[in-house]
Amino acid sequence: MAALLELTNIETYYGPIMAIRGVSLQVEAGRIVSLLGANGAGKTTVLKTISGAMDPQKGTVRFDGREIQTRDPDWVARLGIAHVPEGREVFPFLNVEENLQMGAFSRRDASIAADIELVYEYFPVLKGLRKQAAQVLSGGQQQMLAIGRALMLRPKLMLLDEPSLGLSPKLIQEIATIITRLNKEQNVTILLVEQNARMALDIGDFGYVMEMGRIVMEDECERLRNATDIQEFYLGMKDEGVRGRRRWKQRKTWR
Amino acid sequence: MDLLQLIVSGVSQGCVYGLIALGFVLIYKATEMVNFAQGDLMMLGAYVAVTFINILGWPFGWGLLATLAVMALVGVVLERLLFRPMLGEPHFAVLMLTIGLGFILRAFAGAVWGNEPQALHAPYAGQVLRVGELVIGYENLVIVLGTVLLCTLLYLFFRFTRLGIAMQAASQNQLAAFYVGIPVKRIFSLVWALSALVAAFAGVLTAPVSMIDPLIGFVGIKAFAAAIVGGFGSLPGAILGGLLVGLVEQFAGLYLPPGYADMSAYVLLLVMLMIRPEGLFASMQQKKV
Repeated sequence: MAALLELTNIETYYGPIMAIRGVSLQVEAGRIVSLLGANGAGKTTVLKTISGAMDPQKGTVRFDGREIQTRDPDWVARLGIAHVPEGREVFPFLNVEENLQMGAFSRRDASIAADIELVYEYFPVLKGLRKQAAQVLSGGQQQMLAIGRALMLRPKLMLLDEPSLGLSPKLIQEIATIITRLNKEQNVTILLVEQNARMALDIGDFGYVMEMGRIVMEDECERLRNATDIQEFYLGMKDEGVRGRRRWKQRKTWR
Repeated sequence: MDLLQLIVSGVSQGCVYGLIALGFVLIYKATEMVNFAQGDLMMLGAYVAVTFINILGWPFGWGLLATLAVMALVGVVLERLLFRPMLGEPHFAVLMLTIGLGFILRAFAGAVWGNEPQALHAPYAGQVLRVGELVIGYENLVIVLGTVLLCTLLYLFFRFTRLGIAMQAASQNQLAAFYVGIPVKRIFSLVWALSALVAAFAGVLTAPVSMIDPLIGFVGIKAFAAAIVGGFGSLPGAILGGLLVGLVEQFAGLYLPPGYADMSAYVLLLVMLMIRPEGLFASMQQKKV
């Protein structure tokens, strides 16, 4: 089966700086795919390249069999890719309900009101805040609103950029549960970018690891969780040597 | 009574400033461009109305509607041709472009309609309303009522229509608007259309009162001061700033030696910048870069 989303040899620049150095990845329909990596590895740039906020110099982005790498982000969104950007990016002066309505801007069907109720089912706390301006919401509530707004697009694919950023462990757990539920119940394929490797590996089916603009590892999340490199560098499990410090030879396998 | 009379004319003049300021703010909020040709769009609107009403002899109402339609179209064309390619360019470059556009519009108006002052024929011109000792020209009354009507319509549009909310969304967070599938570039076209339409409305309202010539667009600079007084970025602030400038100007005209009235708008601006630099209605949050 062809992948829902397929990136082939993507190279993206910020001015003269090459942020993505030839990335290829696939997201198969129905799965949760996690993209891990440290700060500045290029994860966010990959998402921006997919959603059209940035254009790649080289390579192709295929969604549902169409090449979309040169398109504007609003066009890409209307194809069914909902991007939940890093830092929520809600519309601060619109109220919660208006934010959700804007999520359905490209839709003309009659079930928009029903879908708003659906979002309130997933995030009951938003229902009580429906007439509040989004800027007064807490970080966690804004994250829920951003995900809810993305859901209003009825997307085939949801791009989630650091949904755990700045949230308490309890909220992270809650968001993680919601993401899994959306995947199972609403049949939304998910590409999740995270620095919180534990969460990303827990809920993901397949994982990619990025460093310095390249993908350095890819595998089922199950296996990634048990890989020694990942355990040491992303999950913080250190293998103490006999003398109580790390052996100088210990290096990541991909270097 | 003198006082009331002054207030009436100050308010009606202020409404015109306010409407032009509204055009500044609309474009600035949505696209972060400052359009210094806003006053010249008002001038062009007045001349288009002169064409329909004086030259072609259309009834005033139809002439007004046709003018608004034509000017909205002009706004769209300007955006597509001149300003969309400038998205993301330095503010300074865009500013120069709008100043250049102002020169072109003034020259164009001079070439087409001539440089002699003319008056727009309005059915209500010259009539006055007497309330006690107060004498209010119908022209002034129409300006105030027209402004109130337009502002109400704009309020309803931005508050309750899908498109109006989308315009707000696009100006509050452009990237997020893109991500949810709002056609942001088309929204920008509409904002320019709306802004040109508001300017033209101001032109049509003011044309029966004061004679129009290709240089009347320079009131745009006073309106710019009004927009800053109001807090550049706030629609109610623009109108209020306009009213304030209009009133201060009238009072300065009466109580100060001749010549000071023309300065008063800028003095007000300077005072405002010193005591409350964010304006009357500060836009509550800094725009994200």
